[in-house]
Amino acid sequence: MTHGSRGDRTISVEGLARVEGEGSLRVEVRDGVVGEVALEIFEPPRYFEAMLVGRNFTEAPDITSRICGICPVAYQMSACNAMEDACGVVVDEPVAALRRLLYCGEWIQSHALHVYLLHAPDFLGCEDAVELAERAPGIVERGLDLKRTGNLVMETVGGRAVHPVNVRVGGFYRAPSPDAVAALAEPLFRARDQALATVEWVAGFEFPDVEADYRFVALREPGRYAIESGRAVSSDGLDLSPAELAELVVEEHVERSTALHARLGGRDQYLTGPLARYSLNSAMLPPLAAEAAAGAGLGPVCKNPFRSIVVRAVELVFACDEALSLVETYVPPSPPAATVVPRAASGAGATEAPRGLLFHTYDIDAAGTIRKARIVPPTSQNQLTIESDLRQVAQDALDLGDDDLQWRCEQAVRNHDPCISCAAHFLDVTVESS
Amino acid sequence: MTPSAARPTVAVWKFASCDGCQLSILDCEEELLQLAGTVRISHFLEMSRATVKGPYDLSLVEGSITTADDAERIKHVRRVSRRLVTIGACATAGGIQGLRNFAASGEYTSVVYAHPEYIRALDTSTPISAHVPVDLELYGCPIDRHQLLSVLTAILAGRRPRVPGHSVCEECKGLGTVCLLVARGTPCLGPVTRAGCGALCPSVDRGCFGCFGPTDTANTRSLAGQLRGEGLTPVETSRLFRTFNATAPAFLAESVAQGGAPPVAVGGPAADPTEGNS
Repeated sequence: MTHGSRGDRTISVEGLARVEGEGSLRVEVRDGVVGEVALEIFEPPRYFEAMLVGRNFTEAPDITSRICGICPVAYQMSACNAMEDACGVVVDEPVAALRRLLYCGEWIQSHALHVYLLHAPDFLGCEDAVELAERAPGIVERGLDLKRTGNLVMETVGGRAVHPVNVRVGGFYRAPSPDAVAALAEPLFRARDQALATVEWVAGFEFPDVEADYRFVALREPGRYAIESGRAVSSDGLDLSPAELAELVVEEHVERSTALHARLGGRDQYLTGPLARYSLNSAMLPPLAAEAAAGAGLGPVCKNPFRSIVVRAVELVFACDEALSLVETYVPPSPPAATVVPRAASGAGATEAPRGLLFHTYDIDAAGTIRKARIVPPTSQNQLTIESDLRQVAQDALDLGDDDLQWRCEQAVRNHDPCISCAAHFLDVTVESS
Repeated sequence: MTPSAARPTVAVWKFASCDGCQLSILDCEEELLQLAGTVRISHFLEMSRATVKGPYDLSLVEGSITTADDAERIKHVRRVSRRLVTIGACATAGGIQGLRNFAASGEYTSVVYAHPEYIRALDTSTPISAHVPVDLELYGCPIDRHQLLSVLTAILAGRRPRVPGHSVCEECKGLGTVCLLVARGTPCLGPVTRAGCGALCPSVDRGCFGCFGPTDTANTRSLAGQLRGEGLTPVETSRLFRTFNATAPAFLAESVAQGGAPPVAVGGPAADPTEGNS
């Protein structure tokens, strides 16, 4: 919905489409200058941190996975890391490798969903992927096949694509058989080719010429592109353990949102997610993904939020390639899970959800009962930056008509693949001009 | 796509939930484009910017009712829907967020939010059927996408959709999975949990934890006795019944019988029989 005279406009979208969860967006323009912008999250709160209190530490992976149906593995892995940290357990390499494989499945599934069904239609002027499929036969089918392979990895390792059942604190209930894992190779080879074709396809889109001065935060690990573990590093030199990160991140409760806004060190907004991971860790990408990135014209750092679709496509190549190596070197962990004995302690766990950094901290007692829980999802961390993007993108696009400006604003939000179900729960878009 | 008056219109709605059941629709990868050609997807925000005004032939509803606004919105959805099918544990049984029903009013808000006064939410999470008449309920956390497709196919063909009322045990027997509860004493809710997932957990050596909620004839008392006999404490037994379907009547009763706190506030507004069903 848009209204207003020249110079003064209001753009508002109630019920932003093609994002996970429900929210609204509102941009006000006064005398040709963008004033107030808001990404409003009204999705009903679900109180996970309160529900976890009094539950057993072993229940956290299953309960927290229900925060988000799109990235349940991210919740399970961050919860497992935090509980193992509290209990002083480090899992063996075969368990760690199987977790990484499962997480690659989630990256493939979630990125294919976002690139093909949620984001690409914007660049091609389509309302949705169904319209896109009619205009460009074969393209959406390729995306759906990629997504299916991601789901297949999650089903083979996790037992189910949405809310996997095979994950436990310490590892897995049962290690998948070598044959079942080997059977993933063929679809993953196909997926890797499809991911390479995806990079070429999206690199050809037209991108608004926007660069934002982001403060990036992502996990980093020596020698590889971080997914399921690592230390949090930032573009301004921070290097923190998950527990230190949790100390420094302060969440603010603002009136318009059931999500909490995060600030790092209490002073500045920051961005997590594909742009941050790529810009901080592009040197860690293995050759195939690095070549694909170079071929798509990405430098070592990417600050154009619209190009996040290219970065996601590069990460798709990486995740397929990484999953293939893990399949080829698979050794069933035996036993499938480490024994984790509870003790009175605090623990922190952080992993890279497809849409950004997700960390959990817990206090548990000697019986393993959770006394305190804190969960900081990527979208709470990114919300202030998404609002800054909205302001900048809207200001640069004021020559557009109201409908096009509204679409551009929606796109500015979708660039970051926000998960509103995670953040708490509603996002609407409004553009105001006066 | 070319709109056709002959194609039935389908709308998808979200209330308090995780999006996982809607995602299960998008996870019908092979059938998704075919489905989009068979029905007219008229309102599905996760998938499309384009929305068509109702009324709709079929509404799929994800999520539970946890705010006063949503309690009104579901009435609107009912009014504009010829058939209404709930998808998943939240919409059908209140979901994991139903655990708030056992907490004192305001207790949860103050744990999560610095300014509870900014939050407008009900003290309860209630299933859709507590607010409006529902034509069919699909269980599961998440739903099984194959079951969803078979139900959609039946509805579109004018057949009566079938949702199993028997237990996960029968699925294990069908798969030849050795009974974890009998053979190893692993706590398992399979005997009282509705079939539908394909007995996923026992096939990875894990006891069922009740994603699909109680069967039509769940003997929870007998199972609870067995679980206690295997060494579970009352607290552990109560917790087992108190997850994604904690407010489903059979699970609720057993969790209370095992010493779990009873619900503080019961239910939402009662269903108004004059609402909906055009």
